[in-house]
Amino acid sequence: MSAAAGGVRGEWPLWEVFVRGKRGLNHVHVGSLHAADAEMAVRNARDVYTRRNEGVSIWVVKASDVTASSPDEKDPLFAPAGDKVYRHPTFYDVPADVPHM
Amino acid sequence: MNDDSVYDGLLGGDDSQWAFGTDFEDPLAGVDTTLPEGVDGAALAAYCLMLGDDALVLSHRLSEWCSNAPDLEEDIALANVALDLLGQARLLLARAAAADPSVVPVLPEGSPVPPEDALAFFRDQDAFRNVRLVEGDRGDFAVTTVRLLVASTWRLALMQRLATSRDAVLSAIAAKAVKELAYHRDHAARWVVTLGSGTEESRRRTEAALATVWPLRWELDRTHEVERTLAADGVAVDPADVAAEVDVLLDQVLAAAGLEVPEVKRTGGLGGRTGRDGVHTEALGKVLAEMQSVARAHPAGRW
Repeated sequence: MSAAAGGVRGEWPLWEVFVRGKRGLNHVHVGSLHAADAEMAVRNARDVYTRRNEGVSIWVVKASDVTASSPDEKDPLFAPAGDKVYRHPTFYDVPADVPHM
Repeated sequence: MNDDSVYDGLLGGDDSQWAFGTDFEDPLAGVDTTLPEGVDGAALAAYCLMLGDDALVLSHRLSEWCSNAPDLEEDIALANVALDLLGQARLLLARAAAADPSVVPVLPEGSPVPPEDALAFFRDQDAFRNVRLVEGDRGDFAVTTVRLLVASTWRLALMQRLATSRDAVLSAIAAKAVKELAYHRDHAARWVVTLGSGTEESRRRTEAALATVWPLRWELDRTHEVERTLAADGVAVDPADVAAEVDVLLDQVLAAAGLEVPEVKRTGGLGGRTGRDGVHTEALGKVLAEMQSVARAHPAGRW
């Protein structure tokens, strides 16, 4: 039903959802959803994205507030890092019991 | 003592395929399942059926919104609430069966159907003990929301007190239910405020919903003989003890929504008997026909 025909609602804004899992260390982007305001977005996120023990904390951000890099800038932004092998600490032995590496 | 996890059978032993692990909490882990001293098993079973059937039937009505809700987010939200209630119903019906095995319908020899499923799917309408409030048609979103507000506000107030029941199983079920119901009440209350203070149309529908739901409210407050007996024993909660709190909470929500408590006539019982005595409206018959038909066609089926 369109907002004009039903007079019920226009399209609600889109929110990006970040969830911190029980075993994770930081909030991770899990998807997006529609909600009328931030409060409702947190509750919708709880219902849509944490039904299977995924989370202990939720962040929501209005999708329109996210500034993203452009695919056109891919080369100048990311290509220069491609050949700098010395930036990767791959020459160390990591003990087997160190988690989250 | 009860050392079996209710989730064992669901996971088949191998949890490697589960991305987020399987460390589910069993609400009844380590709980003493023996009947409390001096409590009549038949009365305890009847009480568990009352609370269990409220949850089971409301769960079914809410699950009817699956794929029909106004948007995807609300669809999942209502399904989550329905599943919480179904979980409460499962534990309560299992407790009813343990307290008085004679309430469980007899199935063909060798049927693998557990007692709580036999109670849900093979019991006739007049053996259901739910209040009539929960069995009516789901109506529009306003009716569903107002009914969920009334049912969850009452049930939360009740479960908060039931958490100190002398029956360790009821106490454990109530402790689990309180967390779920707090979310259900919050969800419904937010929507009632939104609908009441939204558009002219949402307000009109919410007022109509209040007029539909309110006539059946009184049944929740009425003390049944079973509740009176068990409450005196420290096992059950007398609903008369939560009525005032429920009134205050509902008034707060309606005030925030700018809605008036409707002046309505109570929907009468049959010679003083109501849903708690097995007297129901034809709406329950339709719920049961849909809910039970597949299970009844396959009494020896394994699910």
